[in-house]
Amino acid sequence: MNLIQGIGARVVAQIEEMGAMLLFLLRSFGWLFQPPFRLFQIIKQMHFIGFKSTFVVILTALFTGMVLALQGYYSLRKFGSEGLLGSAVALSMIRELGPVLASLMVTARAGSAMTAEIGIMRITEQIDALETMAINSLHYLITPKMVASLISVPLLVALFDVVGIGGGYLVGVNLLGVSGGSYWSSIESAVEWEDVYGGILKSISFGIIISWVCCYKGYFTKMSAEGLGKATTESVVLASVLILMWDYVLTSILL
Amino acid sequence: MGTPIIIQLKGVEKTLGGQPVLRGVDLAIPKGDITTIIGPSGEGKSVLLKHIIGLMRPDRGQVLVDGVNIAQIHDRELNQIRKKFSMLFQSAALFDSMDVFDNVAFPLREKRLVSESDVQRYVPEMLERVGLGKMGHKFPAELSGGMKKRAGLARALVMGPEIILFDEPTTGLDPLMAHAIHDLILAMHKTFGFTGIMVSHEIPRIFPISDWVAMLKNGKILAMERSEEFQRLSDPLVREFISVPDAMATT
Repeated sequence: MNLIQGIGARVVAQIEEMGAMLLFLLRSFGWLFQPPFRLFQIIKQMHFIGFKSTFVVILTALFTGMVLALQGYYSLRKFGSEGLLGSAVALSMIRELGPVLASLMVTARAGSAMTAEIGIMRITEQIDALETMAINSLHYLITPKMVASLISVPLLVALFDVVGIGGGYLVGVNLLGVSGGSYWSSIESAVEWEDVYGGILKSISFGIIISWVCCYKGYFTKMSAEGLGKATTESVVLASVLILMWDYVLTSILL
Repeated sequence: MGTPIIIQLKGVEKTLGGQPVLRGVDLAIPKGDITTIIGPSGEGKSVLLKHIIGLMRPDRGQVLVDGVNIAQIHDRELNQIRKKFSMLFQSAALFDSMDVFDNVAFPLREKRLVSESDVQRYVPEMLERVGLGKMGHKFPAELSGGMKKRAGLARALVMGPEIILFDEPTTGLDPLMAHAIHDLILAMHKTFGFTGIMVSHEIPRIFPISDWVAMLKNGKILAMERSEEFQRLSDPLVREFISVPDAMATT
């Protein structure tokens, strides 16, 4: 009986948490349409989530593109179709790797910092202080982060795609001797608007997932240093897993 | 009591993490006076304070602020009521991403009640009053515990609130600094005439600065009297609590 009770209690707790997370998302977005609109806060957050992630995104994109070209070249050469290397690199970048890898990098870099920042504000009563000043803490703290993430992640993904395709060019054309012309022309003929559109849709939803999960975990952190450490770990793990799961769901809908 | 009542708690009960903390608190806070709530650590004094400003809501009972029950109102209405309040937190809760000046200016700018030139004039004046005249450009991390409390007090005062809540304003300070903070609270009370509600276990230091003293014990208000009378109470639980520091001070 105790076992069943235990399982039941855990299931109920999980469902309650899911409900709380959803409410958190809806409330934070609800505040988006209420004045004052904190444009400066949004720009500040975009600087942090977006601009400061550019270096790590460029670096990972470059090597991802390079390794894709390397792998693709050896596979395609078996069929004598090295000329399709450009399209192979571009399609996997735009449809899949760009959105997923860029989002995972943003989660690791900015998401963990978001959880830690909000968590510390919770522990040191700064969030309570906002509330006592009759300032809604979701409106002030969370909404700007969500908007900034929603704008920044698609831009970073676009950058990732471009740099990745460039990296593929470096290895494919300069190192392995594929003709530059066929690299670009195969991209031009193979990449459709639907591919780009799907990538944008993915990156927008990943942007929401990152800020949603990471802000939630920070906002409801347990009141201790240990609790904050746990919250940061959980937020990165949960956001990463959700990104990969949602990626599958979205891909199966889009295809 | 004669004095008008600004805040009244009726039968407030709260359970946290399966542990009953407040078990039916009845308390009336007189307007314009300083009321101090004392009691052993872990009795839920801070929890009680958070109920008064609506950071926590009771499981049962009423919290009446100027006759409005804030235990059951919508967040939007609660924010209207909160405009009467300020709170000085135990850790001062300064925003660590801003310097002291911006911290004190924050509520003014956020509420857009005054122009920026008024902020530039008014904030240094307030910092001067709490003894932080030249500290406006410092960040909270660069301040000592006492300075943080001063900055927190300046931020609490800047909106001209009717009611200020003090959550253990002298915890973690050395006796001299604690004395200075108490004096500052008293001086600011004389200047601005707010209703002060303080949670503290600084006995006997709180007696001279409080008009009223209430003791929280086992989740209920054990006694509430005028400061002088409270010190003469014969209730053994009160005596035990307020005489221990006396004994320590004499040894």
